[in-house]
Amino acid sequence: MSTSSTVVLILAVFGASTVEMVEALTIVVAAGVTRGWRSALEGAVAAVAVLTVIVLAVGVPLVHYVPIDALRVVVGALLLVLGLSWLRKSILRASGHKDLHDEDAIFATTTAELSRDEPPAGARTARDAVGFAVAFKGVFLEGMEVVLIVVSLGASQHRLGIAAAAAGAAAVLVAAVGVVVAKQLSQVPENLIKLAVGIMLTSFGLFWVGEGAGVHWPGSDLAIIVLIGVFVIITLATTAWLRTLQPGAPLPARTPIGTEQGEG
Amino acid sequence: MKLIARWASAFGAFWWDFLVGDTPELFFATVAIVVAAVLLGHHDDAGYVLLPVLAVVFLVSSAYRGRRRPRAVTPVDEAKSPDQ
Repeated sequence: MSTSSTVVLILAVFGASTVEMVEALTIVVAAGVTRGWRSALEGAVAAVAVLTVIVLAVGVPLVHYVPIDALRVVVGALLLVLGLSWLRKSILRASGHKDLHDEDAIFATTTAELSRDEPPAGARTARDAVGFAVAFKGVFLEGMEVVLIVVSLGASQHRLGIAAAAAGAAAVLVAAVGVVVAKQLSQVPENLIKLAVGIMLTSFGLFWVGEGAGVHWPGSDLAIIVLIGVFVIITLATTAWLRTLQPGAPLPARTPIGTEQGEG
Repeated sequence: MKLIARWASAFGAFWWDFLVGDTPELFFATVAIVVAAVLLGHHDDAGYVLLPVLAVVFLVSSAYRGRRRPRAVTPVDEAKSPDQ
């Protein structure tokens, strides 16, 4: 496996994990603010622990016992479904055909819902089942996509450790930034990250499906870089084209793709 | 037993949402790409051209399908129009 594809693997996993963890952190912060930090943090930590167990339980046997070609076709297909879906969503958002994901709105909605039966101020340090459950569910559901990407990319390249480390680094970074900026998560350019990760997942998925099925890619692993270049061009062109198809409404500001705030 | 059924249902719902969700065309696109890769894999070097072309066609057509469309003008809209 070449250095270039390992770098792309790290970037893809790191980016995907960053996007999903920002969404999860929004929910954890909302649960912490309204229901107390102890339960929210315990819920988040418990979810991360369960996700780690899933990576070990599923990923390690995949690497050791499943024939590599079959594995590459299956995980390539999974990455392709996920990558195409992220890419489509990002293109529609960047071209103004889909509303941006608004972390501030999600935070406000979650906070309002959790405040309805808010525990008394004195009970904030005690355990709160609702706060725990909301934080656990938020981190677990958002983290499952990261787990799928880590296991898929890591197993197909026999780089499970590197993929897991990249996801862990992103989670730690997002948590650290979250502590500093608290409710300012909407400042993270999620659409740009999601678009970049979508391009990488689609490229990896296509490469592994072909590789597993016996397609001969010119340049071997370097074909991944070429595929990324192709999808960057297609994404830019499709976004520009769809911007011209806005129905009557004024065109969105022509910011560079995905630099609008928020999304998911 | 109920718990197992509920977990199985949630597990199935997760995979359905993950694989199909609100873009079934991308699921079928992936199936088509996998089938094309298997058919071309050991027989034809054109696979490395056809697979990206298929992915691009499916992506662009799915994005086009997901665009916002102009709302059809209804008789109620016409009645509300200031020109009337």
